[in-house]
Amino acid sequence: MRYITPRKAAKGLGAAGPGASTAHHWGMTVSSAALLILTPAFILVVASAIGLPHDAVVAYFSRPYPAIVTALFLVVGMHHYINGTRIMIDDYLDHAERKVAIILSHLFGWAVIAAVVYALARMMLSPAAVVVVS
Amino acid sequence: MGDIPRGNRPLSPHLSVYRLPIAAITSIMTRITGQALVAGLLLVVWWLVAAATGPRAFATADWVLRSWIGYLVLLGSVWALWYHFLAGIRHFFYDARLLMTKPEARQASWVLIWGSVGLTLLTLLLFVI
Repeated sequence: MRYITPRKAAKGLGAAGPGASTAHHWGMTVSSAALLILTPAFILVVASAIGLPHDAVVAYFSRPYPAIVTALFLVVGMHHYINGTRIMIDDYLDHAERKVAIILSHLFGWAVIAAVVYALARMMLSPAAVVVVS
Repeated sequence: MGDIPRGNRPLSPHLSVYRLPIAAITSIMTRITGQALVAGLLLVVWWLVAAATGPRAFATADWVLRSWIGYLVLLGSVWALWYHFLAGIRHFFYDARLLMTKPEARQASWVLIWGSVGLTLLTLLLFVI
């Protein structure tokens, strides 16, 4: 005999299964709202940098606005990507494949974030940045 | 099972022969664009890392980025980004329980399609100027 009530047994097992909650949807909503501002800003930042010579690109991304917009867009964007991809994975994959895909999406997202943070930091610290700022 | 009279009763729509309504197509496109726009993002990230690395690495990345295939990837990704952007706005409406009727869902779908094309052309215009 089970002492647990049917309601208790079903609690937390929404349509999306165990571990699912409205927290995921809320997280996507918050990152979407941030990206509503960041996406146009990032497109404009990159569009004005493409075509510049190397020194100018380094100097440009050393400036606060382009650097902060680029960093924010990619950090928030990849976070949004990881969580959004999770829904796709849950829909199309099961068992070990699902777990592997979830892990890979995290690794990929964080690798992109690390690459951008590294690139921005190195450009800011380079001599080319100092020349234009001073 | 063989003795069940099947006759000419209508069957429930079989997914492989079911013509997806425009709202369903624009919904699945949100996923596809979300994945596809990463191609352009990777190109830009590679370009940024190359710029941080040095002039020689930058020359290679910049050459690829500004080749016709690079511009094609960027243009496609910008469209995917704008499409995903507008689809995200539609989700805000859905969460507020708006645009839920069939005619509204159809109209919103066309706004997504033409809006994303319009915003892409606008981006292209800004880039060229």
